[in-house]
Amino acid sequence: MRRLRLLLLVPMVALLSACNLVVLKPAGDVAQQQGDLLMISTLLMLIIIVPVMALTVFFAWKYRASNKDAEYQPDWDHSTHLEVVIWAAPLLIIICLGALTWAGTHLLDPYRPIDRIKPGQAVDESVEPLQVNVVALDWKWLFIYPQYGVATVNELAAPVDRPIRFHITSSSVMNSFYIPALAGQIYAMPGMETKLHAVINRPGEYEGFSANYSGDGFSHMRFAFHGMDQAGFDGWIAGVRQGGQALDRDRYLELEKPSEKVPAMRFSTVDGGLWDAILNMCVEPGKMCMGEMMEIDRKGGLTMASVRNTMPLVYDKYAGRGKNAAIFGSDDSYVMTICTPLQAEAAAADRIRRAELEATSAPVSLAPLSGLGLAQGVPMASLSINKQSTGPVSTDVRSAPNA
Amino acid sequence: MSATATEIDPNVFHLEEEPHHEEGSSTMLGFWLYLMSDCLIFAMLFAVFGVLGGNYAAGPGPKELFDLELVAVNTAMLLFSSITYGFAMLAMDRNNQRQTLIWLAITGLFGLAFLGIELYEFAHLIHEGATPQRSAFLSAFFTLVGTHGLHVTFGIIWLVTLMVQVSWKGLIPANKRRLMCLSMFWHFLDVIWIGVFTFVYLLGMVR
Amino acid sequence: MNADTLIPLIFGRLTLEALPLHEPILVVTMIVVLLGGVALLGALTYFKLWGYLWKEWFTTVDHKKIGIMYMILGLIMFVRGFADAIMMRLQQAMAFGGSEGYLNAHHYDQVFTAHGVIMIFFVAMPMVTGIMNYVVPLQIGARDVSFPFLNNFSFWMTTAGAIIVMASLFVGEFARTGWLAYPPLSGIGYSPGVGVDYYIWALQIAGVGTTLSGINLIATIVKMRAPGMGMMKMPIFTWTSLCTNVLIVASFPVLTAVLALLTLDRYVGTNFFTNDFGGNPMMYVNLIWIWGHPEVYILILPLFGVFSEVASTFSGKKLFGYTSMVYATVVITILSYLVWLHHFFTMGSGASVNSFFGITTMIISIPTGAKIFNWLFTMYRGRIRFELPMMWLVAFMLTFVIGGLTGVLLAVPPADFVLHNSLFLVAHFHNVIIGGVLFGLFAAINFWWPKAFGFRLNKFWGLVSFWCWVPGFWLAFAPLYVLGLMGVTRRMRVFDDPSLQIWFVIAAIGAGVIALGIAAMFIQFAVSIINRDKLRDITGDPWGGRTLEWATSSPPPAYNFASTPVIHDSDAWWDMKKKGYQRPLSGYRAIHMPSNTGTGVIISGLCLVMGLALIWYIWWLAALTFVGVLAVSIVHTFNYKRDYYIPEDEVRETEEARTRALAGTEA
Repeated sequence: MRRLRLLLLVPMVALLSACNLVVLKPAGDVAQQQGDLLMISTLLMLIIIVPVMALTVFFAWKYRASNKDAEYQPDWDHSTHLEVVIWAAPLLIIICLGALTWAGTHLLDPYRPIDRIKPGQAVDESVEPLQVNVVALDWKWLFIYPQYGVATVNELAAPVDRPIRFHITSSSVMNSFYIPALAGQIYAMPGMETKLHAVINRPGEYEGFSANYSGDGFSHMRFAFHGMDQAGFDGWIAGVRQGGQALDRDRYLELEKPSEKVPAMRFSTVDGGLWDAILNMCVEPGKMCMGEMMEIDRKGGLTMASVRNTMPLVYDKYAGRGKNAAIFGSDDSYVMTICTPLQAEAAAADRIRRAELEATSAPVSLAPLSGLGLAQGVPMASLSINKQSTGPVSTDVRSAPNA
Repeated sequence: MSATATEIDPNVFHLEEEPHHEEGSSTMLGFWLYLMSDCLIFAMLFAVFGVLGGNYAAGPGPKELFDLELVAVNTAMLLFSSITYGFAMLAMDRNNQRQTLIWLAITGLFGLAFLGIELYEFAHLIHEGATPQRSAFLSAFFTLVGTHGLHVTFGIIWLVTLMVQVSWKGLIPANKRRLMCLSMFWHFLDVIWIGVFTFVYLLGMVR
Repeated sequence: MNADTLIPLIFGRLTLEALPLHEPILVVTMIVVLLGGVALLGALTYFKLWGYLWKEWFTTVDHKKIGIMYMILGLIMFVRGFADAIMMRLQQAMAFGGSEGYLNAHHYDQVFTAHGVIMIFFVAMPMVTGIMNYVVPLQIGARDVSFPFLNNFSFWMTTAGAIIVMASLFVGEFARTGWLAYPPLSGIGYSPGVGVDYYIWALQIAGVGTTLSGINLIATIVKMRAPGMGMMKMPIFTWTSLCTNVLIVASFPVLTAVLALLTLDRYVGTNFFTNDFGGNPMMYVNLIWIWGHPEVYILILPLFGVFSEVASTFSGKKLFGYTSMVYATVVITILSYLVWLHHFFTMGSGASVNSFFGITTMIISIPTGAKIFNWLFTMYRGRIRFELPMMWLVAFMLTFVIGGLTGVLLAVPPADFVLHNSLFLVAHFHNVIIGGVLFGLFAAINFWWPKAFGFRLNKFWGLVSFWCWVPGFWLAFAPLYVLGLMGVTRRMRVFDDPSLQIWFVIAAIGAGVIALGIAAMFIQFAVSIINRDKLRDITGDPWGGRTLEWATSSPPPAYNFASTPVIHDSDAWWDMKKKGYQRPLSGYRAIHMPSNTGTGVIISGLCLVMGLALIWYIWWLAALTFVGVLAVSIVHTFNYKRDYYIPEDEVRETEEARTRALAGTEA
């Protein structure tokens, strides 16, 4: 069996050297640290796995029935020394791995703003991170660049060595936002916001996609991610601005409907309140925003009269999936907003302001990082305090409208 | 049965006499296990209510919806039914078939009263528009309370079946065992209801 | 009332269009299944086997026969699940460079969902339950399980669930959601067809059976052990079965509750897992994994038990570290409830929560590692006979540790961020489920087949199967590890990057080699049955066994043990043989046994029809069958005579026949 397996290994190795293991050799610092952690953990475990495999083969061979020279002790079934070793050895490995996990998980938390561009180069605090608001639609990706007032579909660009801050949500079902070359994935969930901080270190064309099955068009839910130098990025933004199309609410509602294999699209202007409305699931006119609903619910709900404050859903978001309502339920409906348009605008502006405040005021820990994602000289407690201080104003999934 | 292990001669490999496995000797354990699995279903529904209980979807909350006095009467019905079931079991212990049946019947009536009040409450809420579809809170409320009600319904069907069987065969061991199982089931539903009353209704009012 | 309103009233949403006549693959399958089915039914009728099957098998309460029926169910469903696997491998090997492959999204998405559901619920679960059912009562010296009727009922409920899944192949569609049917995708808005309803009702009906069989086996192990068998003298397989059944009883109700809530969302329009009205889809993900993770250990623990029995039997040695083995099993049982969140680190729960669940996951690898070492040191200073079960054990140890390694890797949250949902993950769980559960089942089948049927399995074809399976497995899944590291996600139907294709082609070849292994296994069964006289084992103890099941004849008589055995050691039969035990040749008594009943078949049949009626919105039929279930159950409780005595003469005759046979082998 082993010989056979060795034979199989030869072409495998040849193939491996030819293929692009992007997870282990990515182009972004965050993904690189994650890949390094993967390698380190593997090596740590091999310390115990290799001897076990070797012993298995050795014992199987040595104590085969035909080998009459081998010792045979049919009643030997206990050895306190050995048992201590067999529990302690994995325990020690797991203690090391556990420490590595604890540190790595906190330092590579996608919610934590990055503090270095690449090994040995800290983040320049004067550079504002690029913000991209990501919406997973059926079955394409919408990227909104609030700092530039533009948006694209199925095409994403970022300048190299500038921190990127993604805010991610979904319009219908769960997806997962993943650019292997850049950083690990995070779920995109309707009515909730997740965040991802990353940086791309090498210019190039990379691929992004949804890493969570979401229906018929899932396989084609891919987009190109361009890593560009600053000049290239400026040129790209200028190109998008010349596209001419505007992304307002009506256009978005059109865009949101299921479609497959959508080519890249560019929007030169974006409605400033659109992202907030998408996140709060109230792009449709007259629909109550999640934020408003949560505010009401927090105060104990409304009076009995509010029970009929719903309207049948006329806008057909499900088209293409085949629309159907529960057989014994009422028809699809939504909760009407009780704010006047003016109040709604003010509330949205307030939410946007708070989100911006949170984004800019988040403290960046400048703790030096080693290449393995391990903190050096920084007590873990200070990191977790940093985390918590972003809590109250954040609208991330932990305090998301839906959670 | 393992308690006797030390007394057994290490060279004896078979029992001379068949051990007298009392018929249904595992029934109580089995039924306990079933109750625990059922309890887990309720635990899930409580957890779901805990998560969704505040999501009124800009609709009415518990203070608007619940009539605590009605629920208190309802709770009393179920608690009384538990007591009367206890009397039925005492009568069974005395091998008094007639009294057992009478107490069982009273228990069943209390159970029916409980169900009637609950159905009235549900009908009232739905009529007002507070349907299970209106908000996640109402979905969780109707499901938790409704599942309990469904259990009571099956309990009553079981109770009637047992009454027929007791009057048919008398208080034979098999029937006594069944009465014991139903007894555990009935008290279990009582305990669950106390959880519902506290967690859903009382806490809802102070929420 | 005209036809337009009458037909939906009678048939619900079932129309002729529900037959997938536009899918050539399904039409051919349907024709083959129909012809095969007609041939089978015809043969049964021709050879007048219906009465025999009904009396001796369908209505049986004998744990041994029920165990065998579970295994048959598992094997049949295995063929279906594997056909799905082959279809996926072919599609992914073909769909490159603009090619759409041969499956459209509607079909492909059903295939991967069905593959997962079938392999877990209707292959692994029935086979594991079947082995436990067959072996546990024998190992503890019992005549049957605690609740023999429930045992029969549980089996038929599982079968009803399997039939519902199979029906979805030919009438309507199966879910297109992935095997755990995450909402909102599985909600009525995004999955309006019957697919998810098939999924829900198949799992609910089978789940009732699984829960009841869990309760049954716990009660059996706790209450029915032979005198002298204290907890720490239970055979290790019985221990792992006990832990498994505790896990079943403490986790399947969670699945029942979650699926019930999803059902309400889909049928009544409640808002548990919807996006609007305050629903919370992520709660479903949490709840279903609170069931889902223990489920993994439900599958693997009994096979750990099997491997322990195999290791000590074929090494001719007592199991090394029995006590630490028991504690390791118990620790795994408890810890399996504290790790569910590692299935969705990428939901953004925060670093502290993620690291907590990551580390608890790693801690599970400690008792698992201890188990591996215990098997290793059971082999140490043994006399290892490389019969088929032992070969599967060695293959398992070499394969499973790799699966364990990649599992711990995935438990490191930052590593999971880059590997979650990737083909690396797919390779990992196939590595542990095939390398652990399936290899374990093959070991168990080869190990206990002689006990169940009285003759061994042919070794040559067993070896062919083994040597196809083990390299075939690596050929099929090593490429997936690589693809995962290349950032390829699971459940993709078509690919752009042509450099990936070669890996998928290798994986497809691997699946082909596995197919040969499966074929060889069925040939092994056939050849062994044909040559059964040559492979006959009269002794009842072909391997030099150590536990009580080997004390009986092969196959054991209906009553298992003529007189109740007394136990002095965890390896009871080894102990008896060592002390020069002689079978008692007199003093037989009539034996009290439960009688067969058809109620289980009837109630499960009604549940099956009810499930189908609910799927197709045929309300009158659902109501009718529901009332039927209640009525049959109540009528069943009016039957107080559920047992009988095997007369003393019959026991004496059976035992004396065995005495003669044993004398024949000695002479």
